[in-house]
Amino acid sequence: MTAAGNRATVTEEGHAPYLSIRGLSKMFGEFAALSDVSLDVHEGDFVCFLGPSGCGKTTLLRAIAGLDIQTRGQIIQAGRDISALPPAERDFGIVFQSYALFPNLTVRNNVAYGLESRRAARAETARRVNELLDLVGLTEHADKYPSQISGGQQQRVALARALATSPGLLLLDEPLSALDAKVRVHLRREIKELQENLGVTTIMVTHDQEEALTMADRIVVMKQGRIEQVGTPEDIYGRPATPFIADFVGSMNFLKGTVTPGGRVRVGAVEFAAGEGLRAGQPATVCVRPEDVTVRGIAAADANAFPVSVATIEFLGSFWRATLRSEGDGGFELLADFSTNLVRDLGVREGAQFLVAVPPERILVFNGKS
Amino acid sequence: MSRPVIAVSPEGLAPVREPIRARMSADDKILLAATALIVGALLIGIAAPLYALLAKGFQNADGQFVGLANYRTYFSTPALFYSIGNSLVVTFITTLIAVPLAFLFAYGLTHTCMPFKSVFKGIALIPILMPSLLPAISLVYLFGNQGLAKGLLMGEPIYGPIGIVLGELFYVFPHALTILLIALSTSDARLYEAAESLGASKTRIFFTVTIPGVRYGLISAFFVVFTLVITDFGVPKVIGGKYNVLATDVYKQVVGRHDFEMGAVVSMILLGPAVLAFFADRLAERRQSAALTARAVPYEPKPKRGRDALFFAFSALIGAAILTVLAVAAYASWIKLWPYNLTLTNYHYQFDLRDGGGWASYRNSLVMAAWTAAIGTAVIFVGAYLVEKCRALPSARLALQFLAMVPMAVPGLVLGLAYVFFFNAPSNPLGGLYHTMAILVINTVVHFYTVAHLTAVTALKQLDAEFEAVSASLKVPVYKTFARVTVPVCAPAALDISMYLFVNAMTTVSAVVFLYAPHTALSSVAVLNMDDAGELASAAAMGMMIVYTSAAVRILHFALTQGLLARTQAWRKR
Repeated sequence: MTAAGNRATVTEEGHAPYLSIRGLSKMFGEFAALSDVSLDVHEGDFVCFLGPSGCGKTTLLRAIAGLDIQTRGQIIQAGRDISALPPAERDFGIVFQSYALFPNLTVRNNVAYGLESRRAARAETARRVNELLDLVGLTEHADKYPSQISGGQQQRVALARALATSPGLLLLDEPLSALDAKVRVHLRREIKELQENLGVTTIMVTHDQEEALTMADRIVVMKQGRIEQVGTPEDIYGRPATPFIADFVGSMNFLKGTVTPGGRVRVGAVEFAAGEGLRAGQPATVCVRPEDVTVRGIAAADANAFPVSVATIEFLGSFWRATLRSEGDGGFELLADFSTNLVRDLGVREGAQFLVAVPPERILVFNGKS
Repeated sequence: MSRPVIAVSPEGLAPVREPIRARMSADDKILLAATALIVGALLIGIAAPLYALLAKGFQNADGQFVGLANYRTYFSTPALFYSIGNSLVVTFITTLIAVPLAFLFAYGLTHTCMPFKSVFKGIALIPILMPSLLPAISLVYLFGNQGLAKGLLMGEPIYGPIGIVLGELFYVFPHALTILLIALSTSDARLYEAAESLGASKTRIFFTVTIPGVRYGLISAFFVVFTLVITDFGVPKVIGGKYNVLATDVYKQVVGRHDFEMGAVVSMILLGPAVLAFFADRLAERRQSAALTARAVPYEPKPKRGRDALFFAFSALIGAAILTVLAVAAYASWIKLWPYNLTLTNYHYQFDLRDGGGWASYRNSLVMAAWTAAIGTAVIFVGAYLVEKCRALPSARLALQFLAMVPMAVPGLVLGLAYVFFFNAPSNPLGGLYHTMAILVINTVVHFYTVAHLTAVTALKQLDAEFEAVSASLKVPVYKTFARVTVPVCAPAALDISMYLFVNAMTTVSAVVFLYAPHTALSSVAVLNMDDAGELASAAAMGMMIVYTSAAVRILHFALTQGLLARTQAWRKR
């Protein structure tokens, strides 16, 4: 596989990034929550910080906001060094997981909160608030209190309040994780559309890979205080830079094998053709996504075709997930996702035997044993 | 394993390697200045007086350092050090009776379906409205030389350990009850369901689910009662007779013998157990809160006739005892001469005809309580806010947190005497405060600081932690968010604090007894002085004035809280 161009400079070369983070570290006593993190974000981008809990993604967001200032390193926003500035002197709007809506103020007054102190004319403030309420579709709830509206609506109030002062940077800290699954899916699209219409540079922290894949222009995958990979959702999913990412984002089969003199990787009785530049005799891990296992129209002579039997098969609603066992010596297990009509057409059931194949271009190989 | 190429370090400037020194925002500066102000006030209000007291114990009457000489005198004078044993005896006996009684009462209120629960709870909390002198006065009426129920004591005098223990039981009961009610009402119904479905017997459930669940509540109640009793001065003063305890010794040394140095020594000895109990209680409290889970389901008792009847009888007995004590004091204050002439009269309420301060002392008490409630609530609430929110300088925050906890460990008598030594020192520029209303207010705010502080902290912790971060991102100054959001949302807690301070300012005797001047005499002190002068009925009458006032304030507080909740119901409703 290749990872060329897969560096932290997020968009077009030549343009100065809107936000530039250099060598950021954050220590909590002896514990390094961030180690030497560098990242560029360009204007108008929607960037997701993705990673398991404790990976440092929220710490990085809070450093950008100035809420927990980093131990070392530099942050430059719109050409201004904001590294040591308190939050009030930075330019951002923020939505927290809890929303932090003011419970004793109406929706309207929550949204207007940041505008009132700016000495704008009252009529001007009212106009702006109405515009924002309209934007997030809450005009009819304007005079309700936060406890009287639903979680999804509260989330939109928080968003409108953060956008009211037209900040250059919008920070979202797990903004959807407190919501029901259905509302979450709906709001994903809404937030993304809003962000595209306003063109505001946005950073969202999430531990939900689906959220990151559907919303982000670029995903920053983090692990143990470091950046593992930066790339488009397609990059991250299709060309994960490390086994960690391959495992964390989506489902992945990890098959341990050895590189043959022919440059293939032997796993059990199967030899996988994949990429180049592998050294013969070295251990290697073949990564295959369950949805990349193909069944229809395969001949024994096709590349990466091998016989399997179905060990178990599980109905997951819109598709089926099968555990396949390869035939022959050193048989291995492989997860595969099959559509309902494929299962019906081919009569896939436990014990069934057939040929499967994995297209070489869909295979990832990592050196060593992961 | 080797990794495919990823460059996470963009080309360009080399990163700056020096540690970042965060710039303080305007908000940080405001919070820091306010923190410094309150820390300064508490240094003057608690730390410096305690130091003055400590120093006094090592000085002779001329102010020269004499090392441990005073302590040596103390421990070689049996009349003095016997009081330690006496104090411990009555304190342990009271604690060992009060905590189980309060536990059973609380259990009845939370774990049975007996009728009139809220009535019983209301009655049990009545003693909070009284100065501790009042139950003792009632006991004198009941069991004293002309007492109605004197025969019950089978010849033993009420003056002495029996009277002290009985009086203290009334005084501490509501405090123990409150702690145990909280502990018992947070018990998790799911544990009971699990135990029942596993076939555990009722007794087994009680010992394996109920008791472990309230373990720390019991420990906490034990230490709180212990501290209250060992440091209480009102009950032994009225009914202790010749049975000396530490608290009355401090008073006698200072007021009776003008031996300030010995007063300081006894104070330090009294401080010891109080401080120990304080730390033990804090430890228990920390465990208790760790044992609580946010997802606990409240326990709902099911009716069970035998058990409910038993607890009803028990609660009725306790309730009757408390009402009797109250009724005796009230009745005795309205009749000519207990128990010989039962004609109703307001004679005993004509305080101006007696020594002790007259009606002026009552007015002084109202003024003092009002100022204490107003200033105390503002300072303590802001202080608690700063403890929660001042992040710019952690050491300032920690200092404030520590100083806010100190008053709880300091008995009122000790605090009062410490104020005498500190503010009455000729070299103190604040000496002008001595013998003013201001020093009474300051002293009372400090005396009751900790409980009010903890109430405020609890209320503040329920707010979203990110309000300040959101305001900062919106460029709204922190004081504006404090005024527009924090204070309105915490208004019920602020009302609770002001009521707590008002009622305690009305009923307290121990600290202010050393600090009042003739023109600032307080009604609680008047109770003490009238009792001293043998005017028992007038003492009861003044004590009842305090009860009437505290009760009225409680009712007013209830109405205000209801009104506030109704007005803000829209946004409080979930």
